[in-house]
Amino acid sequence: MTHNLSASRLNKAFASGELSAVEITEAFLARIEATEPAVRAFLTVTADQARDRAKKLDGRRRNGDGEIGLLAGVPVAVKDNMCTEGIRTTCGSKILGDYVPPYDADVVERLRAAGAIIIGKTNMDEFAMGSSGENSGFWPTKNPWDPGRIPGGSSSGSAAAVAAEQVTLSLGSDTGGSIRQPAAMCGIVGLKPTYGYVSRYGLVAFASSLDQIGPFARDVEDCARLFEVIAGGDRRDSTNAGRTPPAIKLGGEPSLKGVRLGVPREYFGAGIDPEVKARIDEAIVKLASLGAEIGECSLPHTEYALSAYYILAPAECSANLARFDGVRYGHRTLDSGGLLEMYMKTRQEGFGDEVKRRIMIGTYALSSGYYDAYYKKAQQVRTLVIRDFEQVFRQFDALITPTSPITAWGLGEKTDDPLAMYLADACTIPVNLAGLPGISVPCGLANGMPVGLQLIGKHFDDHKLLQYAWAYSKAAPFDARPPLGKGDK
Amino acid sequence: MALTRSQVEHVSRLARLGLSEVEKEHLTEQLSRILEHVESMNRLNTTDVTPTYHAVALQNVLREDKPHQSLDRAKVLSQAPEAEAGCFKVPKITEG
Amino acid sequence: MATNWETVVGLEVHVELSTETKVWCGCKNEFGAEPNVNVCPVCLALPGSLPVLNATALQYIIKAGLALNCTIAHFSKFDRKNYFYPDSPMNYQISQLDLPLCRNGWVEIVLADGSTKRIRINRIHLENDAGKLLHAGDDVAEGESSLVDFNRAGVPLIEIVTEPDLRSAEEAGLFLNKLKAIIKYCGVSDVKMEEGSMRCDVNTSVRPVGATEYGTRSELKNVNSFSAALRGIEYEAKRHIALIEAGGTVDQETRSWRDAKGVSVVLRSKEEANDYRYFPEPDLPPVVLTEEDIERVRATLPELPDAILRRLTTEYGLSAYDAAVIVAEKESAEWFHEAVALAGAGNAKAVANWQTNELNRVMNAKGLGPDQIPVQPRQLAELLQLMEKGVITGKIAKTVFEKIVETGKDPEVIVKEEGLSQVADEGELAKVAMEVVVANPKVIEDWKAGKAAAAQFLVGQMMKATRGRANPQLAVKLVTEALRQHTGQA
Ligand SMILES: [Mg+2]
Ligand SMILES: [Zn+2]
Repeated sequence: MTHNLSASRLNKAFASGELSAVEITEAFLARIEATEPAVRAFLTVTADQARDRAKKLDGRRRNGDGEIGLLAGVPVAVKDNMCTEGIRTTCGSKILGDYVPPYDADVVERLRAAGAIIIGKTNMDEFAMGSSGENSGFWPTKNPWDPGRIPGGSSSGSAAAVAAEQVTLSLGSDTGGSIRQPAAMCGIVGLKPTYGYVSRYGLVAFASSLDQIGPFARDVEDCARLFEVIAGGDRRDSTNAGRTPPAIKLGGEPSLKGVRLGVPREYFGAGIDPEVKARIDEAIVKLASLGAEIGECSLPHTEYALSAYYILAPAECSANLARFDGVRYGHRTLDSGGLLEMYMKTRQEGFGDEVKRRIMIGTYALSSGYYDAYYKKAQQVRTLVIRDFEQVFRQFDALITPTSPITAWGLGEKTDDPLAMYLADACTIPVNLAGLPGISVPCGLANGMPVGLQLIGKHFDDHKLLQYAWAYSKAAPFDARPPLGKGDK
Repeated sequence: MALTRSQVEHVSRLARLGLSEVEKEHLTEQLSRILEHVESMNRLNTTDVTPTYHAVALQNVLREDKPHQSLDRAKVLSQAPEAEAGCFKVPKITEG
Repeated sequence: MATNWETVVGLEVHVELSTETKVWCGCKNEFGAEPNVNVCPVCLALPGSLPVLNATALQYIIKAGLALNCTIAHFSKFDRKNYFYPDSPMNYQISQLDLPLCRNGWVEIVLADGSTKRIRINRIHLENDAGKLLHAGDDVAEGESSLVDFNRAGVPLIEIVTEPDLRSAEEAGLFLNKLKAIIKYCGVSDVKMEEGSMRCDVNTSVRPVGATEYGTRSELKNVNSFSAALRGIEYEAKRHIALIEAGGTVDQETRSWRDAKGVSVVLRSKEEANDYRYFPEPDLPPVVLTEEDIERVRATLPELPDAILRRLTTEYGLSAYDAAVIVAEKESAEWFHEAVALAGAGNAKAVANWQTNELNRVMNAKGLGPDQIPVQPRQLAELLQLMEKGVITGKIAKTVFEKIVETGKDPEVIVKEEGLSQVADEGELAKVAMEVVVANPKVIEDWKAGKAAAAQFLVGQMMKATRGRANPQLAVKLVTEALRQHTGQA
């Protein structure tokens, strides 16, 4: 079955002519058509553009002009908060329901340059605010492992699409766990790169100092391949570090000899599902068997990271989302007398509950008289969280934690308890506050649903994380497939 | 700290975000709970701690003063809710 | 007994920098283009766009800061200033709150009595301009709907904030003119108030003479010309005094100046004062400058008005007044230096006289701007030479000057065409002298009677007869001879 082949395999098949880009594209479009009613991962399927693109790729390959890119012939899905020229980009929000950007995000340019076939734009929590995908302004995406459960979020569609083999690779964005958490809950690999490794140019900002784009894939090699394509310098993003990652060598005998891995006890506290804890413990044993030196450690300020995040992210978003005002693009209310009313109604109609909640928290936290108590305090706590990591990274090369303390919950289960929803991100948020790289790899099932193992590394050690994750995935292969996939095996 | 309804109304005006009566009610309650949780930060003494604004420190990122290709006006205005005479059109300005 | 009131004024002056491109994006920074042609994802705040600081804008604000005697910050950052308005695409302005690039500067002004006064500058920071709202009426609130043009959105602005050191509209005027001159000398802006590249908000308060506390101030916005600023200050001072003397109090409020009507109206009271929710701009890293960086910019500073003025008075011995007039505009100072270079340092005073008298008179009469000087420095130099060589008289020179202004032709050409060169031919002039004498028997009697004025009169007649071209010394000699001859005296 074409749709369950890896990106590296598809790329080879295309290069050798074994499979044409058109054949590949048709196979995935068919797969999407067959599975989409159950998954609902896509907001836009760009079938026509994908077909044209595939024809061009085949033509070029036949005439042998231009070398074959790393993703030539590989279908990729893009989270709908990354701008695609001429293709609707909604951020999962009604306020951008029919917005068509006049330019490509840096990552999209890189995908095209690498020969990827962009097959669609994926569903997401509105403006990437959420952990379940249920905050989409359009519809909730379902978890391919159990349509009654959430796929995780906010990159719900990108994770579900890869898990359901609707596409081989996809891009997500991660502000507090929005790549790693859905990757864990959908049983796939997701990398949140070091802040500044991947350009944010063209990524619709949620919280600028925390946002980072990253890859989803079903195996670590594919994840590394997509990371190599999207990472690198871009002068259009002033927070981009201008660094190109070193070539990532995966292969040979999986070994972690001499690698020091820390286990921060704060990540195994109350609220962690015992089944999840069991899987992580097994993973730790497996890592040790590969030669890694495992040691316990402590990140004492972890419990405060969540609080800092829920001030900083809303504060930044309250300004970032101010531009959605019904003046230059997007939704404008039909009944407005004056300008003030137009602003108020347009934004009331255009934004969903969670976005409103965060705009309100952020605006309040920044308003006169409260800045020091909330925003400044949170930035100071952020400093303490960073110091914690600096401490433990003196003794360890990377840290291992659960990606999420719980597995995917039922649709609608937490929707009326925002705080409970926020707590689900406790293991991923500190990583964003510190700008560190984090990867989630599947490490088995807990009560029938996938569990993710999170590896956290030092700034710009993304390539090492990928090597560790690769070694682990070779030693502990995760070959379970969601029911959706089974029929085709 | 518990938020009052009038605070919620003040903030919604600052944020130019209209709210229904029901939304105001919910938000007054939810924001109060969230802020209460957030205030756990106050258990930490941060007097001499310098705030972090950028997790990965960079400085002096500059652009050369060279013109680029601007966007085609028609393309830009095609996205506008209301346009006239090559401009974006907005309703009567009801406030300074 | 009536109190004597003192007006206290502080200014916030916004100046657009004349960079090639905008401050956060590469769109052209140009005035008067078709609406919305210089726009891109960044300056339209399209989703996903990000700002990148223009290196020249950074250099320009440092340059201005140094010219205004500021301390340049070694560490500076940007902040978001949040407020909704349709001309502000992001609905926040990227500005600088607590760590501006420049601090603690000053500008020296010369008061009417010739004494000098330092006006302290609290800070100068870098930020972006907003777009333009086009609507009916000079009053935003009067239009039924507004049109927005974003060409100006993202143009680099520096905001110069003074201490409340100004004590009258006149002082404010002197300060603004001096500030304008300095900025223009730096070449970082064309500072044209009429094109909006220089705008100011005025903070006015009054207090009894001798008081040490400041009174409550009102902020005047929408002040779009020098004269408006001055009228606005006078209006506000009068308004405050009237309020207080009527037993009332001044409210701290933001008001809008309606220049047409010559009044100010309330825009915002202190209560509803904007809550800008400033916070550090996460999209822009800080600016860190070493002493070397700052010195490198200082090295690019041109000679500034104060220095030039000192040089003109000491080096060329010009009067403080003439020097001040010449230095007031960059173009006129450049014109002066070019003319002196051609005419020789010895002629510096002469050049200054012509420039501050004849030239300025003509330019004022014709309403010409400083960049529209109608005579070339070379042409004045030639004119001075013709006088030195005795080719034309001082009187004729003025005529020639007028002709240069009218026709743009060079002095020599004009003198030739109009036959204006002096008549020094003794024979020819002797004839004229005799004719004049003969034609005035009455005067001859006076002369006989010893009235010296008589001879003067006849010389005048000779000048008339020769249209001013007679060599004056020669004319005197010949008239005397003619008189002697005619009256037979030897
Ligand atoms: Mg300003
Ligand atoms: Zn632009």
